[in-house]
Amino acid sequence: MTSDVTRAEVCIAACADTYRESGEVLAHAVGIVPTLGARLAKLTSAPQIVLTDGEAFLMSTPPPLGKSASGGGVIEGWAPFRRIFDILATGRRQSMMGASQIDRFGNQNISLIGDWAQPSRQLIGVRGAPGNTANHRVDYWISRHSPRIFVESVDMVSGVGNDRARAAGPALKYHHLGAIVTNLAVFGFDADGRVMLRSIHPGVDPDEVARNTGFPVDVQNVPLTRIPDAEEVRLVREVLDPRGARSREVPD
Amino acid sequence: MTPTEAVASIESGMTIGIGGWGSRRKPMALVRELLRTDVTDLTVVAFGGPDVGLLAAAGKIRKLVYGFVSLDSIPLDPLFTQARERGELDVEEYDEGMFVAGLRAAAARLDFLPIRAGLGSDVLPANPRVATIASPYSDDVYVAMPALPLDVALIHMNRADPQGNGQFLGPDPYFDDLFAMAATSTIMSAEKVVPTEQLLHDSSFHTLLISRMFVSSVVETPRGAHFTTCEPDYDRDEAFQRHYVESAKDPEPWTAFTQRFLSGNEQNYHDAVEAFHQTEGAK
Repeated sequence: MTSDVTRAEVCIAACADTYRESGEVLAHAVGIVPTLGARLAKLTSAPQIVLTDGEAFLMSTPPPLGKSASGGGVIEGWAPFRRIFDILATGRRQSMMGASQIDRFGNQNISLIGDWAQPSRQLIGVRGAPGNTANHRVDYWISRHSPRIFVESVDMVSGVGNDRARAAGPALKYHHLGAIVTNLAVFGFDADGRVMLRSIHPGVDPDEVARNTGFPVDVQNVPLTRIPDAEEVRLVREVLDPRGARSREVPD
Repeated sequence: MTPTEAVASIESGMTIGIGGWGSRRKPMALVRELLRTDVTDLTVVAFGGPDVGLLAAAGKIRKLVYGFVSLDSIPLDPLFTQARERGELDVEEYDEGMFVAGLRAAAARLDFLPIRAGLGSDVLPANPRVATIASPYSDDVYVAMPALPLDVALIHMNRADPQGNGQFLGPDPYFDDLFAMAATSTIMSAEKVVPTEQLLHDSSFHTLLISRMFVSSVVETPRGAHFTTCEPDYDRDEAFQRHYVESAKDPEPWTAFTQRFLSGNEQNYHDAVEAFHQTEGAK
């Protein structure tokens, strides 16, 4: 019945699953698939989470994809940027961010490639990654799983990984990396804080995951990522993303 | 006061804060006015957008202190990234929350504020002047985010009165009040300068963000945030921003861009933008 489920839809359900234990927190999501994941969670398994329009408003119903509150949806609160920093300091927030690089302990880089003094490629800067990882749960979304992104060591630690957090001591007691969802698989972290495979998406060859990860990962005996049920697929296709923006981020 | 008169108070070597956020409600008319002066050697403190790109390309920035530099609908500003990749810019890059804490510390005349953000990240090794501080109450250690005091702040509001009371009408005040309070003097431009008794004609009292206590000059600059957003007065000029980015990628089109848009006065700029829309593009 759901055999025609696309890879993007599997990824969206995996992103939605990151909110199963979250409680009443602000869901911050960067990217199309993570945004759809948060909205799907809100309509199914995690109705208590708080959504934003990505601008200044908290939404009790999802706004149309790619639009701010002015494009529709029901506003339930005001959260301009200054308020976001106040909220994240309380810990009642969960972020799914992207990454230009990520290492085996979950250290993430979005700032630059190369040297600090003269980068070979200047990217966006650390943005809120240090504060997010210091204050609340952070998950990552990688739309193109490749050895250029999963690297032995990142050029600049923007989001703090498990080894760095441990070394920083009690001030980082709220550090919590959840999952890394990619277009091929879902990672978690083992007891030592190392990246480990949690599931591989249906139809993906485990060797493909190993080949595209720039550090060793055990791909043996890894379960399949769950396929979204019929109601989830309907919500994604008919309610949340009728124009199919998801396949721009993860092609079918 | 005219923008030219207001900006004349800025001297080479000063630390200037620029309000707005990314490509949103930036005091672009004041920035363009600054480009017309021979002021240089500035330390610029901003949630950066095209303000930073333009000042960097004009060689006016000695040091840039920022939370990020982005054009929002286009993630990267090529003038900023090129300056970084040439190794030209002395930079302090902070987590966004650290950056806000630095402004808050300056506004409160404190040396620093403690914050968790930054610990364990490479923001600390990249900024060796940033120290940590042990809590006197527990085993916790925090980042002691140093104050970011400003000589001058430049901000752009939707409305203002001639005395320096400023109003935002869009969904987000950004951090313009903090910039003003962290600065020795503040130049505020506004879409429209109105008599004080008209400030509440368009919206409620909650929008009166800026008090005249923190403003030294008020200038009226209609479309003064162009090409960034200035909701609800106007949205971002996306076609023009795309043209800016395309032009900025190579020296030749960039020279053409500066000659066409940035070689005259503010009226010339707006005339050239209008001509751009008539010839090159659907808005």
